[in-house]
This record gives sequence, structure tokens and C-alpha cells, in this order.
Amino acid sequence: MDVSIELTAGDFSRAGTASSRIKKILKQLNVPPDIIKRVVIALYESEVNVVAHSYGGNVTCTITSEGIDIVVQDQGPGIPDIDLAMSEGYSTASKEIREMGFGAGMGLPNIRKNVDALEINSSENSPTTISMHVKFTHTQEE
Amino acid sequence: MGDIRRPFHHALAVSEKHCRGCTRCMKNCPTEAIRIIRGTAQVNAERCIDCGQCLDACPYEAISIEQDDFSRIFSFQHRIAVFPALFFSQFSDDVPESWIAQSLYDIGFTDYYESEFGVDILKSISSRFSVYAARKPVISSYCPAVVRLIQIKYHSLVDHINLLRTPMEITSLYVRQLYQDKGISAKDVGVFYVTPCAAKIADIKTSEKGKNHLFDGVINLDYLYNLVCGNVSKHKKRLQQSKPLKSTVSGNAAIWSLAKGESAMVPGRSLAVDEIHNVIEFLESYETNSIEDLDFLELRACSQGCAGGVLTPENKFLTSEKVMKRAKRKGPLDDETQRRISHESRKIDRKLKIDGYEAHNTDVLDDDISEALKKMDEIEKISTLLPGLDCGLCGSPSCEALARDIVLQKASWSYCGVLHLKKSHPLIQEIWGNKFSRNS
Repeated sequence: MDVSIELTAGDFSRAGTASSRIKKILKQLNVPPDIIKRVVIALYESEVNVVAHSYGGNVTCTITSEGIDIVVQDQGPGIPDIDLAMSEGYSTASKEIREMGFGAGMGLPNIRKNVDALEINSSENSPTTISMHVKFTHTQEE
Repeated sequence: MGDIRRPFHHALAVSEKHCRGCTRCMKNCPTEAIRIIRGTAQVNAERCIDCGQCLDACPYEAISIEQDDFSRIFSFQHRIAVFPALFFSQFSDDVPESWIAQSLYDIGFTDYYESEFGVDILKSISSRFSVYAARKPVISSYCPAVVRLIQIKYHSLVDHINLLRTPMEITSLYVRQLYQDKGISAKDVGVFYVTPCAAKIADIKTSEKGKNHLFDGVINLDYLYNLVCGNVSKHKKRLQQSKPLKSTVSGNAAIWSLAKGESAMVPGRSLAVDEIHNVIEFLESYETNSIEDLDFLELRACSQGCAGGVLTPENKFLTSEKVMKRAKRKGPLDDETQRRISHESRKIDRKLKIDGYEAHNTDVLDDDISEALKKMDEIEKISTLLPGLDCGLCGSPSCEALARDIVLQKASWSYCGVLHLKKSHPLIQEIWGNKFSRNS
């Protein structure tokens, strides 16, 4: 099943809409609570990223019996240095956004910690697409 | 995930004779546990958390709370009442506490304790720990309706629930120990809990918390209130000579059952949320976006905490105010009581923790995830075709709930009365415009 949600740049109050909706669905599918938690964290961080850093975008979730694919697409302005963006504590967020409690530089690192697969496609002055996958069964290392 | 559920006991019952199927309870139920079937509200035992919202919503007194026969107390030689401190605050100001206490003896009890005395016991055992759970923030286990809500809906939070016994349970353990030390046989001691709500009855009668037998029966607070009022009006003269009453609770402990009463005593950062719909709203957002550095969560199903319990006759705001005032007058326990607690409580400290709480899978559509996904898709599809009025005519609380019921084969399309309406009828046009013409 597919769920798609639009995200508006700057609308922090609605960041979390996608994650709560997906959370409700996954509960009804009997997905283990710790996995739901990981999905929710990754999704919520992605929502905040789009709202805080982009010109707007959307999240599309595809749920199968094996797991969930999440694709986050925005309309730019792109990430110039993905490796730098992936390091904890690095942030390009403005002072205003930090004052609102966002922009601690934990977004992408936090997403990486909680998903089983992550792919980021982006470059300066172009849209960003982040694709993630979370499996519904526990992997060995956990 | 294995579903090892033990059934919950429920204290609420619907009277078929009085129920008109008006849908008020169904629409107010926070867990969507109620459906109207053949004109009567039916409660789904797996989803009901005994919060009492249905009883509050019912204008026809069709919902009642079970209660043990009061005469049961007389099958014990020693009959102890354990009640929340707010019981004393249910009466008008011209009824002093000593009259109430004496009336309890007149009615048939041989002793009484305020359940918040358990807080004083807990504090005396260790000033350091008063809550205990696998994960932070620790969620209060004081309100059984909230505990059940978490068990059925918020599985990721189950291991946050405080594993220490509640004050009323600790009080019972303590009292039983006291009588045992006096050489009195356990079978001669009857401890009865006087309850402000349905959830506590359900909790006491669900044996999920382990084998420890703590209460021999439950008496509804409004029932005891009536008995005491009757006794006061009959024996006013004699009661004026009643002795000053014993002190059974400290000021700090006395406010425990009110909103913010428990959280005020827990060290660290804590948050208090009261009223079940507020609690649900909070937990939904908390699960998505947790709050850092939070140590403790006090969650209560009733507005104003236990002062708002369905069995408390006095107005909840007035009760809160009176309980606070009384607590201020009380201060700490006297030295002698304090000494006795520290001596006795050592004997019960190994019984204070319970093993844990189980999750109950009530929301799961199918144990097989592929099947569950199919059902989920169907629910989505059906939802878009239903009118979205949530009128309740079908007997389900919302169109989404009906869609779910249809997919789970508990209802059918034909239940939707709005879809049956003749859409060309001018009256329909007048009320709804052409909102429903497109789906037909």
C-alpha cells in the first residue's frame, strides 16, 4: 500500500503528520514496536529536513509485508556536500530555525542510525531525493 | 509477536432495558470499544479500559458499575476499609472528619486507612526511589485505565510503566502485615477498597498483577458516601462526642490522587496529563516525537485526577480544592506513626515490585502481515466511499470504524443509512447540497 504526503517549507507545526499516519498503519499490521519506533524517527527527521531546509516536497511510503520504502523528494536547493551533512552536529540551519529547537545537525545521522538502507541523491542547486528502507523483521546484528 | 493475552475483567455493564441506543457513549468512547447492536450499546471487552466515559455520557442511566455486596464485610472478624483521602472531602463542611470516621465504625468497619498511606510507606522504605521501570520516562501505574490504554494501544511504552505497586496495594500489604504480627489469622482479616472509579474495580478483579491477594472486595465510593450520610443524619447528637480521629496520611501524600499530585513528589522533570482524551492526544504525539530529559509521566483518565472519578459525588473542582486545603493542614506524619512504618515496612519491601505488564494486540488487523495489508487497503477504499459524516446511524462510531468493521466482517455496507437515502429528495439537497450525489 502507498501513502503520500505533501510537505510545505517552513510549516514546522505540521512536521510529524506523515510519521503519525504511518505509525497508525504499522501498528495495525502487527509490526514490532521497536521497528515502528525506528521508522517513525527516520520519517520524522526527514519531514523536519524538508520543512526546515528545502523549498517544499513530499514523502511517499510504500508498505509491503517485508518492509517499508520511504522516498522523500524536495524541490531543492540541494545538499552541496553529503558526507559533511551526514556528520553529527553539522548543520546549515539558520539561527531562527535553531531557536525553534530544530537544526541540531542530527537529522541525517539519526536517519542513518534507524534505517536498514539509505540512499541520498543530491547536489548543489538541485532537488534532493532520499530513499530509505526499513525491514519488518529483526536483522542479526540487533 | 506472540499475543499472550489474559482477559481483562470489566466493571461496567449496559442495561438493555434502559439503553436507547442513542450513540452518545459510542461517540465518547476513547478506544472505540462500543457499537450499537439491535438498539443497545455493546462493549468490546478487548478494547474497553473501564475509564467510565460512557457512563458520564449516558443520559438514561443505562450504564452501571458492578459492586460487591456490602454485607460481605461481615464474613470477616476484622474489617478494614481502605479509601482514597478525597473521601473525606466529599461531605459538606458541617460534617467534621471525626464524624465520618466514627460513622465508618458504626456502619461495620473495625478499622480504616487512607490509601495514600502507601505513599508514606514507600517514602519511608527509600527516600531515593519511588518509581521503577525498565525505561525512562517512567509512566505512573496509579490510574488503571491509563495502564490498560497503554497495554492495548501504545506497545512501545509498556515497559515504561512503573513496576512498583500502587499506594492502595502497599497500604493493604502493610495492614495485613500488621494484623499478622498481632497473631491474627489472615482468614479473619478482610481488607476492602473503596473505589472512586470503575477502572480500580476492574484492576482489582483482574488477576494480572500476580498471585498476591490484596483486597477481599470493592465498595463503590458513592455507596459508602450514602451510608455515612445516613448515619450522620441519624446520630448527629452522639457523633458530636466522637473522639478525635487517628492520622493515617501525611499532607504530601494526601494530594497524590489529584492531578499533579503524584508528579509533584517525583524527583526530576515530570509532566502531568489528566482526562483520557488528553492522555491519548499526548501519547500519540509522544510516540512520534519523544521529549528528552523527561523522567516521569503522570497520566490520569479522569479530569482533575481521582477527584473526577465517576463514583465521587462532590464536584471535582471543589474536591480538589478541599483535598489541597486539608493536605496543607496535615503536614508530616507524627513520630510514632513514622517509627511504626519504618519498623513494619521492612517486612513487606520484597513484595513491592510486580513482574511486568503485557501488551494486548487489539488493533492488529490480521496476524499475517500480507493479509493485514490487504485488509488495510480495503479499509482505505471503503472509507473513501462512505459519506464521512460519522453520524453513528450504522452503529459504529465513525465511517472509518464502519469501514474497519466491514472488512473484519462485523458489519456490512447496508448498515450505512446515509447511502440508502434518496439523493434526489429535495430535503437532502437542502441540508447537504449535492455532497452525496457523486458517490452513488
